[in-house]
Amino acid sequence: MCALCGSLGGDEDWTDAVAREGVFTRNDDPARRRRERARRVEVASRVLKLYGLRLSDWQGAAFLLATFTGKSEIVGDLSHLWAAAERLTGATCDPLDPDVLARLDADD
Amino acid sequence: MIEEAPAFTPVTLLTGFLGSGKTTLLRRLLGDPALHDTAVIINEFGEVALDHLLVERLDGETVLLGSGCLCCTVRGELAATMRDLHSRRERGAIPMFRRLVIESTGLADPFPVLSTLRADPVLRHHFRAAGVVTTVDAVNGLAQLDRHVESMRQAAMADVIALTKTDIAGDEAIMPLQARLGALNPQAPLFRIADGPLPVNALLAAGRSPFKAVGEPDGTIAHTKARAFSIVVEEPIDWSSFGVWLTMLLNRHGTRILRVKGLLALRGEARPVAVDGVQSLVHAPTHLERWPDGDRRSKLVFIVEDLDPELIRRSFAAFARLGRAGTAALASADGT
Repeated sequence: MCALCGSLGGDEDWTDAVAREGVFTRNDDPARRRRERARRVEVASRVLKLYGLRLSDWQGAAFLLATFTGKSEIVGDLSHLWAAAERLTGATCDPLDPDVLARLDADD
Repeated sequence: MIEEAPAFTPVTLLTGFLGSGKTTLLRRLLGDPALHDTAVIINEFGEVALDHLLVERLDGETVLLGSGCLCCTVRGELAATMRDLHSRRERGAIPMFRRLVIESTGLADPFPVLSTLRADPVLRHHFRAAGVVTTVDAVNGLAQLDRHVESMRQAAMADVIALTKTDIAGDEAIMPLQARLGALNPQAPLFRIADGPLPVNALLAAGRSPFKAVGEPDGTIAHTKARAFSIVVEEPIDWSSFGVWLTMLLNRHGTRILRVKGLLALRGEARPVAVDGVQSLVHAPTHLERWPDGDRRSKLVFIVEDLDPELIRRSFAAFARLGRAGTAALASADGT
């Protein structure tokens, strides 16, 4: 389901492609899939904390995005993560914002 | 013997500015034996008569779902027409077709059509985008690219460009136009189709053309805000941070990122991975058998409108660093 619009049988996200011939995905093996999801949570969390958000895996099928005050939303994939982050915080999540880039650089 | 429909029917989108020769090209394509089993959806009947069994008229209307979710932008009537074609084919009510060509109106943005193929829960199981073919008029193309944002966006989103009316345009018009198109969309092969036989296979293979890196300096296009530029990366890329970065970038700036194409060397993967996106729609990444040449660096080519390439490069680098840190932390946690 598309978490944003609620359409059943929603989009196949490019970051979570179904394993099939010729397609690159890390969903082709349970261990690889788990490892990839854990990495995404870790990398995305380092960005999301700039907006007062934290991310966790939700039953291996989706992600749970939450504010530090507990407001939360379940998102299906990375492509829907950022619109949800903007809805929860009211902020603009812009990876080209020089302030954001400076804070990411400082976090290294 | 009962003919079976292909698992996924390839869909070619034929677009191009008003009067740029879309229907003439379509008529020539349909006259080729290679397209004998092709269905066609057109937006309006123009002056050029199409004598073809499977022409469906479509009076398009873009329906944006209430949430405003771009990935779910569906052209309602297009989806209904395609579902109907598919259903009638399944029932044997119309001749078997193995390819679909959609001719858009001259002012149309290709994105909603591509999005419809991906977002519609029925269509996405039966149809696959097979490329965007854009016609550009050799006589008026340069002025149209300058004056009409629709024309520029159609050329920028093309997988292949068909240059029309080259038989009535002089080299003084054609050469600068070709240079402009090459700078705007360096990935798209360009064919002069007015004279000589039609390169049918090349047009239909749109989207499967080999990846080309953009030479430096940037292909900035004078008088417009659109530009093509590339990011070349020496070190293998972390797929997780790349996904986090590109999804965040497209969420905020997808409407201004007309194309993104990349050939990536990913950490932990021996073979290259190709990514291909139009605005906020990114196709499923493909795993290539081998590198096209000895250059095994990752290359990303963007065509952007009113965005600063330097800022995008800087942002890419910042997220790549995050990925390296994340990988190291996880590796130590795994004990690997």
